[in-house]
Amino acid sequence: MNIDLSRRGFLRLAGAGVAATSLGAMGFGEAEAAEQAHVRAFKLATTTETRNTCPYCSVACGIILYSKGDVKAGETAELIHIEGDADHPTNRGTLCPKGAALKDFVHAPTRLTKPRYRPAGASEFQDITWEEALDKIARAMKDDRDANLIQTNEAGVPVNRWTTTGFLAASATTNETAWLTYKTVRSMGIVGFDNQARV
Amino acid sequence: MTNSWTDIKNTDLVIVMGGNAAEAHPCGFKWVTEAKHHRGAKLIVVDPRYTRTASVSDFYAPIRPGSDIAFLMGAIRWMIENDKVQWDYVRNYTNASFLVKDEFGWSDGLFTGYDEEKRDYDKSSWDYKMGPDGFVQTDPTLQDPRCVWNLLKAHVDAYTPEFVERICGTPKDKFLTICEMIGECSTPTKTMTSMYALGWTQHSKGAQNIRGMAMLQLILGNIGVRGGGMNALRGHSNIQGLTDIGLMSNLIPGYLNIPTEMEADWATYMSTRGFKPIVPGQTSYWQNYSKFMVSFMKAMWGDAATAENDWAYHYLPKLDVPAYDGMRMFELMNHGKVNLYFCQGFNPLLSFPNRGKMTEAFSKLKMLVIMDPLATETAHFWQNHGIYNDVDSAAIQTEVLELPTTCFAEDEGALVNSGRWLQWHWAGATPPGEAKHDTWIMAQIFLRVKKLYQEEGGVFPDPILNLTWDYADPGEPMPDELAREMNGRALRTVYDLKDTTKVVAEAGQQLANFGQYRDDGSTMGGCWIYGGSWTEDGNMMARRDNNDPDDTGAFLNWSFAWPANRRILYNRASCDLQGKPWDPSRKIIEWTGEKWEGYDVPDIPVTAKPGEVHPFIMNPEGVSRLFSRGMMRDGPFPTHMEPFEAPIANVFNPKMRGNPVARVFESDAEKFAAIGDPEFPCVATSYRLTEHFHYWTKHNPVNAVLQPEFFVEISEELAAERGIERGGRVRVWSKRGEVWAKALVTKRIRPMQIDGKTVHVIGIPLHWGFMGAARKGFGPNSLSSQVGDANVETPEFKAFMVNIEPSAEEPVA
Repeated sequence: MNIDLSRRGFLRLAGAGVAATSLGAMGFGEAEAAEQAHVRAFKLATTTETRNTCPYCSVACGIILYSKGDVKAGETAELIHIEGDADHPTNRGTLCPKGAALKDFVHAPTRLTKPRYRPAGASEFQDITWEEALDKIARAMKDDRDANLIQTNEAGVPVNRWTTTGFLAASATTNETAWLTYKTVRSMGIVGFDNQARV
Repeated sequence: MTNSWTDIKNTDLVIVMGGNAAEAHPCGFKWVTEAKHHRGAKLIVVDPRYTRTASVSDFYAPIRPGSDIAFLMGAIRWMIENDKVQWDYVRNYTNASFLVKDEFGWSDGLFTGYDEEKRDYDKSSWDYKMGPDGFVQTDPTLQDPRCVWNLLKAHVDAYTPEFVERICGTPKDKFLTICEMIGECSTPTKTMTSMYALGWTQHSKGAQNIRGMAMLQLILGNIGVRGGGMNALRGHSNIQGLTDIGLMSNLIPGYLNIPTEMEADWATYMSTRGFKPIVPGQTSYWQNYSKFMVSFMKAMWGDAATAENDWAYHYLPKLDVPAYDGMRMFELMNHGKVNLYFCQGFNPLLSFPNRGKMTEAFSKLKMLVIMDPLATETAHFWQNHGIYNDVDSAAIQTEVLELPTTCFAEDEGALVNSGRWLQWHWAGATPPGEAKHDTWIMAQIFLRVKKLYQEEGGVFPDPILNLTWDYADPGEPMPDELAREMNGRALRTVYDLKDTTKVVAEAGQQLANFGQYRDDGSTMGGCWIYGGSWTEDGNMMARRDNNDPDDTGAFLNWSFAWPANRRILYNRASCDLQGKPWDPSRKIIEWTGEKWEGYDVPDIPVTAKPGEVHPFIMNPEGVSRLFSRGMMRDGPFPTHMEPFEAPIANVFNPKMRGNPVARVFESDAEKFAAIGDPEFPCVATSYRLTEHFHYWTKHNPVNAVLQPEFFVEISEELAAERGIERGGRVRVWSKRGEVWAKALVTKRIRPMQIDGKTVHVIGIPLHWGFMGAARKGFGPNSLSSQVGDANVETPEFKAFMVNIEPSAEEPVA
């Protein structure tokens, strides 16, 4: 759900209308045309607005993403600005020093853009394709599970416990990622499963 | 949070202890400012540092890190002694009148049943006296010496203001001023709220810190009311959600439990989860456990989970230890017992204690898989960065795969804030390069493993082969499909429980709420507490109506709050026994004579008569617990315990170290400094800065400029004593490691007098590492001790012992 007509959008439209009307009423018809010809449009006027929430602390401030291009329409979208959502009941448009700089987090120079592999003993990463990386992981998991899954304990109770592989889950992924992660990890019997709630 | 951020505006008194909301949760803290400005609310801050929250407080008092229980028990003692008790609330809505077994007691810092060898309690005496009818015995007059109230009175007797000053270093007059301010909130029309964070949890007795304040809030009648509550300010944007969905060793979504191996079959597992009321007529909502559990098993394994096979109970892993939490896994890893490890958006090399041990542990893995939007230190643990990561790459045989993921701007779904609001968000940017959604990555890994089992066979593939995976594109399940699965849907026609001819939901329909969950296999639902988040009416989490009738702060049509869109937990307790609000100006709900209604979703069956059904419907007692029976490992009341590393011994029992039942691994115990060790005389505590978020924002050039460099914060007195210059370089070391930092010499930290001894506190912010845009530095985990809370294994980052000295400047390369 993108914003159909936000408070900001409404004001923007209203403001443009007032300017045009008042100039016209004062008999500056040509001036109006000239004015419109050289006034630069707002940079954000042609952007797509998308509602999101800040990924840092648990206040979960509402934010608006401004992008060139629309993800929903299947277009490539480049994020050009982020600001607080004035309609959000918690933050009412304000952001802290972290939230205010969010756009530069998205564009951080150390964002990862391709899969990388570090062989044993190496001192640098090297590139690897997604296919190779995922196959390597699946192979390692299958082999380790087959070798180490504890199917029953000494009393013969089925315990289906895999302790030699562990999984640390995140703190800022969506609930939906969390659920898919839960299903995957639990179905395999991984018990070394934790999240970032405590650190 | 029992309440929400926006509800804080309704309070009369805010106590921030164990947190620093103005800096760590700035836009949430605005609601404190609102309360101060519009209601004349007061703000108390109790903290080792004079934080920015303290700088706008009405009253500040210092406290030694790790001594909060003494302060809180002292406050409870003062309330009782000065009759600052909301008596109607305490008598009717707590277990004050319940009688406790005669064998229960406390002496020398320990409760009855302690076994030093096992480092555990036999908790059988920590329970109520039960009558022959199966219900608990009570004395509503509170005269019986064995009633909870009298036991509590005796328990807190030692915590005099003088004792508090001696242990906490809080001057007696300041402590008493705070008690007087808190005491005013014992009337039915004045309310205090508690805002806390990791300053309380990151201790070996963190859970007991929080219980201490919860008990105080119950005594004041401040739970369930507007402007009251216990408000945990969670540290990350969706750690509430990740915990709700049970991404922990011992959890199933919705706070159900992974079985232990003692629970060999379904019947045994369910036998301890009946949760029958122990007071007549009470709701004891956990009686519905089997409905939530069966619906979860159906969500996981669909048709493969049947009544005949105990809902595929044999598919679930069974634990042999309480939990394979992070610290246990790193201990096992360090012993070479873990081969493969995944970090999904998590940087444990910097976030778990005792970094030296972490590096050793990772070096023993065969393979480490990182999924992250950023180049983390953990992904680079094998790379030499001089003093900041002094390792020999060639000697480290661990293979590492680093997989680029999307971040918030590029993905869609719900995050759960501190107030339990599930807020849906939408993607506004294309992922950079080849970065992928975590959902795609997890699906790809799962499908590849599944394919290998299909092709090759292997050990017990059934739970993998039969895992429900009915997504339109199996290779990339969509957020809406996953959200619907968590909400739950009818698998066949679901009927009303009372009128069994009445249809509640047809097969295939989304369930309207968790009240429609069934334990006969007719429903599925991944996470029962999210029931109602995605119904036949659509995605409730996407709602964005910010209307708030009568400005109560509830915002019922903004997103969805679990459970059942309820904004204030225990809100039935906001009314008296007749169902009228204690404070009519702060009404949430009230009894109309026929039903409960008001501004929030009532936390009680809507037709449950006041006076009959008590407000704490999740508890078999129907009331809240001042005495927690055997539910916590370290005692039914909080008792003063020193940190594992402390400047003084426990004055109740000098032989007792830390939390007597906390789990300690042998190799970690060897790395504790001795109690009062003169080599490590300073108390260190970790904290966050407002310009940074954890280890993320140092990757952002803007934040890196705002706070570019690692520092430690010390008092002017300590600086003078050690000859440390303002802004000079220092070395700080503990028994586990050392760091170099700039010295920030401030008046915000002052030396304290603890049991006749001068104790210095050193503050260590946590935002630096060796990756990103900021200058390379260290984190507190290079120094901190590896021991966790006895109940939940939260590491003791907030109190450990170090030393400090001036150091030569770093050579310029």
